[in-house]
Amino acid sequence: MSTATTTPERRSDRTAVRDRAQYGVCAFLALVGVLVIVDAFRIGHATSSNDPIGPRPVPILLGVLLIVVAAVYALDVARGGTGEPEGGEDVDLTSKIDWRTVLLLGAAFVVNALLIERLGWVISGSLLFFGAAFALGSRRYVLTLAIAIALSLATFYGFAIGLGVNLPAGVLQGIL
Amino acid sequence: MIENLTNLLDGFGNIVTPMNLLIALIGVTVGTAVGVLPGIGPAMTVALLLPVTYGMEPAQAFIMFAAIFYGGMYGGSTTSILLNTPGESSSVVTAIEGNKMAKAGRAAQALATAAIGSFVAGTIGTLLLVLVMPVMVSFAIDLGAPDYLAIMVLGFIAVSAVLGASRVRGFASLLLGLVIGLVGIDKVTGQQRLAFGIPQLADGIDVVVIAVGIFAVGEALWVAAHLRRKSSEVIPVGQPWMGKQDWRRSWKPWLRGTALGFPFGVMPAGGAEIPTFLSYATEKKLSKHPEEFGKGAIEGVAGPEAANNASAAGTLVPMLALGLPTNATAAVMLAAFQSYGIQPGPLLLERESTLVWTLIASLFIGNLLLLVLNLPLAPAWAKLLQIPRPYLYAGILFFASMGAYAVNAQPFDLFLLLVLGALGFGMRRFGLPVLPLIVGVILGPIAERQGRMALQLSGGDLSGLLGGPVSYLIYAAIVVILAWPLLRRLTVIRASLKS
Repeated sequence: MSTATTTPERRSDRTAVRDRAQYGVCAFLALVGVLVIVDAFRIGHATSSNDPIGPRPVPILLGVLLIVVAAVYALDVARGGTGEPEGGEDVDLTSKIDWRTVLLLGAAFVVNALLIERLGWVISGSLLFFGAAFALGSRRYVLTLAIAIALSLATFYGFAIGLGVNLPAGVLQGIL
Repeated sequence: MIENLTNLLDGFGNIVTPMNLLIALIGVTVGTAVGVLPGIGPAMTVALLLPVTYGMEPAQAFIMFAAIFYGGMYGGSTTSILLNTPGESSSVVTAIEGNKMAKAGRAAQALATAAIGSFVAGTIGTLLLVLVMPVMVSFAIDLGAPDYLAIMVLGFIAVSAVLGASRVRGFASLLLGLVIGLVGIDKVTGQQRLAFGIPQLADGIDVVVIAVGIFAVGEALWVAAHLRRKSSEVIPVGQPWMGKQDWRRSWKPWLRGTALGFPFGVMPAGGAEIPTFLSYATEKKLSKHPEEFGKGAIEGVAGPEAANNASAAGTLVPMLALGLPTNATAAVMLAAFQSYGIQPGPLLLERESTLVWTLIASLFIGNLLLLVLNLPLAPAWAKLLQIPRPYLYAGILFFASMGAYAVNAQPFDLFLLLVLGALGFGMRRFGLPVLPLIVGVILGPIAERQGRMALQLSGGDLSGLLGGPVSYLIYAAIVVILAWPLLRRLTVIRASLKS
């Protein structure tokens, strides 16, 4: 069963290091709530006999609920509540967040998004795989590049040509 | 009843073509392989493979999903037995005894009892699905818009408040999902909501992009941030087999696990965690060897593993009959239905009868293929656990990008994918469950439509939202769920007053 905000074991967490970054989550939720409400008021009044309430009430309701949840969340944090970070097979929660890896992965991702139409999936996908593997600590460059190219070619031929999935050929149009 | 069985036989007739069997085989193999890989659960597997099926006929796509569904589930148990770090909460219990067995040199027996138990539970569970689903449909076919609204609200409350550790975090996740579901043109009035003048947002955000972003990209980024530098030790394993003694100790737990798992899967707030824990506790109590529990008791693997699979089969009942997903994999499969323009619900069985029965028949076939394939292939699967992590997670990002791009062929979706991945990352960091978000995205628009339809029928009178006896009952259930911690505290206080 779910535990409410005031289970005894949570209260005793108060002595542990307080996770203050959680207030950021509350602020984010409240901000989204305000945004949704503001956007809802921008919508013109469009009710009809077919649709007595129109498109506005649902976003307004959600916005209000978001602000309420943000407040309750903040109260929970103030009382020492913490959310447990998600574990997993390869997750070592004792380590700090490795921002360098995360940002490098994000960069590889953006490079792919910017280049996919111009250079085509085979090149941009290879760059994505190579960049991501590099960010994650792979240092056998030749092998990594070989896998990246093999994977891009295989997916392009298998999915784009074989199964009709939308993947651009880009500059290699006519060669592949 | 007889009619259902004939329909099911027709379903078998549809899938027993060489092409469809091949698709089922590919699905089972890919599903197991991807399920064995650390960090990838069944939901992510289906999400990643969704775009691949775009070129297929709906029936073939669902044969593949059914195969992936069971394959991914089975793969997860292999990981938890051999690595002792379960990927999903539902295989936590399997890891307790399974890994102890593996360490004591009985990995082969642990894998065998998991595989055969999954097969038994999956087969019985699918049979029960055949029996229960049409009953639920015949009940649901008379429901009106307010009743549906109530069912959707029950689904929202159940996934947010019952599953997961913290209610407020569950609701935060749900609301974020509902807001994402708002983005785009309002279907009734044609007004844009939360699109900010961006044309790509006006069509709404594709559910596939959301599921891949939250499950795959979010997970990959989160693991990357905390990557274990020393890879965990994989216990070597030979061919799975069981001795006479193991069979004798396994068959009852399989059946009991199935009996516990299926009903919890059918319930909107059931999930797989509670029945696996219940099954573990039951087996511990009933076992003739209670001293072995905690040291590798085979009953402790057989029971929970069967409960897990039976619950998975059970979740298909509300998914197919009501269009109500109760776990992440069912939610993603519902998204798959929608991408084919098919809306699960009581009318599904009538309108897409062939498709539904083909799907159910392929669940049986997939389950059988799984057993045939996995007993001999277990040592090969175990090797997959040693794949270098940089390649594994780079591969996840690679396939995630490919899938998300393939949906609409627009680079904008890749940026959206990154934003959603960052959201998924943040949710994992702060312990916000992802299931309520996905359910909110998928069911939110449907719930709004039902609500507005109810008001249209009542001519704008708000009492139209409440509906009749069925919805009263459902709202009563919601009140009980919400008041549960309060009620429990009261009983605790009363008990302490007495003593």
